[in-house]
Amino acid sequence: MTGNGNGSQPVLVVVQLSGGNDFMNTVIPYTNSTYYDSRPTVAIPHEKVLPFTDTLAFHPNMGPFKELYDQGMVAIVQGIGYPDSNRSHFRGMDIWHTCEPHVVATVGWVAKALNTLDPEGSNPLTGINFGVGLPRAMAMPGVPVTSVSNLDNYGLMTGIGAAEQRDRALDIFKRMYAPAIGSGPVMEYLSQTGNDVLAGADMIAVAPQQYESTIEYAATPIAQALRDVARVHTAGLGTRIFYTAHGGYDVHANENPAQPTLLGDLSAAISDFFADLREHDADDNVAMLVFTEFGRRVRDNGSGTDHGSGGGAFILGKNVNGGLYAEYPSLAQDQLANGEDLPHTIDFRGIYGTMLEQWLHIDPQPIVGGVYEQIGPFK
Amino acid sequence: MPDNSIALIAHLMRRAGFGASRSELEEQAAREYSDVVEGLLDPEAQPDLEEDVLRRYHLDLTYPDGLPIWAGRWVWRMINSSRPLEEKMALFWHHVFATAWYKGEHTPSMISQIDTFRRDGMSDLRTIFMGLAKDPAMNYWLDNCENHADQPNENWGRELLELFSMGVGNYSEFDIKEASRAFTGWTFTQPIPLYPFGHHSSRFEFVAEDHDDTEKTFLSHTGPFNGEDIIDIVADQPATARFIARHLYSFFVADEPQVPAWSIEPPRDPETVDALVNAFEENDGQIVPVLRTLFNSDAFKNARQKRVKSPVELVVGVIKLVGTYKEPDPTEPLPALVGATAVMGQQIMNPPTVEGWHTGHEWIDGGTLNERVNFAVNQFSDSTKPGIQELLSRVEGTLTPSDLVDRCLELLGPLEVGDQTRSALQSYADDIGEINRDSEQAREDHTDDIVRLLQCIVASREYQFA
Repeated sequence: MTGNGNGSQPVLVVVQLSGGNDFMNTVIPYTNSTYYDSRPTVAIPHEKVLPFTDTLAFHPNMGPFKELYDQGMVAIVQGIGYPDSNRSHFRGMDIWHTCEPHVVATVGWVAKALNTLDPEGSNPLTGINFGVGLPRAMAMPGVPVTSVSNLDNYGLMTGIGAAEQRDRALDIFKRMYAPAIGSGPVMEYLSQTGNDVLAGADMIAVAPQQYESTIEYAATPIAQALRDVARVHTAGLGTRIFYTAHGGYDVHANENPAQPTLLGDLSAAISDFFADLREHDADDNVAMLVFTEFGRRVRDNGSGTDHGSGGGAFILGKNVNGGLYAEYPSLAQDQLANGEDLPHTIDFRGIYGTMLEQWLHIDPQPIVGGVYEQIGPFK
Repeated sequence: MPDNSIALIAHLMRRAGFGASRSELEEQAAREYSDVVEGLLDPEAQPDLEEDVLRRYHLDLTYPDGLPIWAGRWVWRMINSSRPLEEKMALFWHHVFATAWYKGEHTPSMISQIDTFRRDGMSDLRTIFMGLAKDPAMNYWLDNCENHADQPNENWGRELLELFSMGVGNYSEFDIKEASRAFTGWTFTQPIPLYPFGHHSSRFEFVAEDHDDTEKTFLSHTGPFNGEDIIDIVADQPATARFIARHLYSFFVADEPQVPAWSIEPPRDPETVDALVNAFEENDGQIVPVLRTLFNSDAFKNARQKRVKSPVELVVGVIKLVGTYKEPDPTEPLPALVGATAVMGQQIMNPPTVEGWHTGHEWIDGGTLNERVNFAVNQFSDSTKPGIQELLSRVEGTLTPSDLVDRCLELLGPLEVGDQTRSALQSYADDIGEINRDSEQAREDHTDDIVRLLQCIVASREYQFA
């Protein structure tokens, strides 16, 4: 199988690093003495880092990621964040999910984008989350989204093991959920939702069957999740936005070796993912956004780092103009947010805007709630 | 039609509790409906749960740290308490006074808040609001610890009036400012953020030198009010009785629109809400007489399957039916149930916002419907579970396919279903044919067939309703 059946329609893959990835130990200012002075415990020694400019280096475990960077496929968004960061994971993640820093909202930016891409909700696979539970970014009443925790066993009635019995139960389900006129709006809504789930599960079932690849992904959760993205993308089911999360980045204690392991898993998984798409000639229309809810403090706490503000994001893909975007936040004491956090130098809503307008070709303003400075990371 | 007294008692137990096993229902149905209601209204007459054994099996309950195990302990109480209405009212107040763990990540104060709701939840409005105003988790959640004499913070003052007691349209912005001033100096002793203080319980503290003791005018009362005075006035407002009555209606009777719509959309059943308001007013804000009025009303009795089950109601209801999680058992992990409700959209002790969960059909989307159906179907997959054995033992005699469908619907609710569900289930039963359950061999032969029919029923649209 080559190509992906989506024609030239652009596809966005969002990877969420949950817990607040420590940007300073990911893209390391390895010539800055403040970095070493502030982090006696967790700083990565100068001689171990993987330099890619005179002042910046990747974490030593990010070899595969650096190769992608060297191929010009990685745009690094330095200093991404939002005003008045409150350092809470959940609130922070909500803000990233809803683009509402000052009021609590429940509708997500990805769901709004899906609603623009498929206003009728005609394809339940236009947006797919791989993971347990739907992220708020994808939540919006009336927008069907498929959430898959196990692609090889996705769907209704999966607890009925025997295939014949399960098929029979699914048939009963379909008949029980058939639209009934006059049954009331809630019953009708349940009927519609049940049928969306059935249709989505039927469609997605072909993906694992069709997929073949020489790429051997690692057994890590992020690698398996990105393999699922590749399996569904290459099946050409019309998915425009994929979403998945990689957890564990909340490293208050024992930052090393926790974060290095995660960064190693992540960079290997992303590298394998793009190699897989290349093998299927399905990489032309894919861009990936990797983000986290905040960066961590400049100073370490003797074991790890506490919640901070500004962080970093990455945009990857064949059509990306690799390099550095926005500014690396200053480490100077008088520049720090809250007196101890990396400040942000670009608003995350401008980066969403960049992806929505320049990649998905939809109007970002109603989605991110305003006009924010964008970058130009695409060829 | 299902047997009426069982159907009515089952409805009561689903709403005033979390459902009941078949044998419990049969026991209750032998009594007058109003007597069963009285029993529920008097939780103290029943023994409280012993938690010692639970702690012995779940050692993480010896320390107030992780949220999933402590939320799991609450779910365990919902499953096993012989005071079901007490737990249901604790959940009710948690819905209304939505406070979330995520802001402070401080588990002890969340545990203590829910324990307060359990203790005071059936007392009276004044006691309940006072407990809330002095609750450290709420205090931190709505920043009253930042409400200082020289620099008031209005977050708590505003939400007390808007979301917790009176509702939009019944007070002015000026009332919010005055109420907020009255609560200056109301704080708690333990700095709540987890880092670097760790998990220690906190308690209410009044700091007199940080309190603004000058005169205030609040809802046309004037005086040098303190927080207690504000609570006294709020608890006495007709708007408060009406607001809480509408919440009770939506939680116990039938789904109302979400709270923000209440100032523009009238109640669906104004008569019943009026009856609840009158009960509040005639009984000085006491909760029990209002609940008595509610459960004995025709509106309540006729509201079967008129509410979408919350995830907690669905999960606990299914577990009570299949009869697991009765004894502490390491092979039945409590956080698994919390995880199940969370992926269906309701993580207890951690609601999304101060507005609480959006209920009714908003519980349902593609992801959550899939989780709800699969959870129920999976729980019904092992026919050796005691509750399933109990159900199977009640499928007796010779049954035509139609009898079998009737019997299974009766045992799982009784559940009333529409024509489509009925005919789909009938076609399944037709394939089984007429069965006779008199011999042991016959019972064994048809166990799997009947269990699969039960699985289809719990997957139905109708089963999503309480």
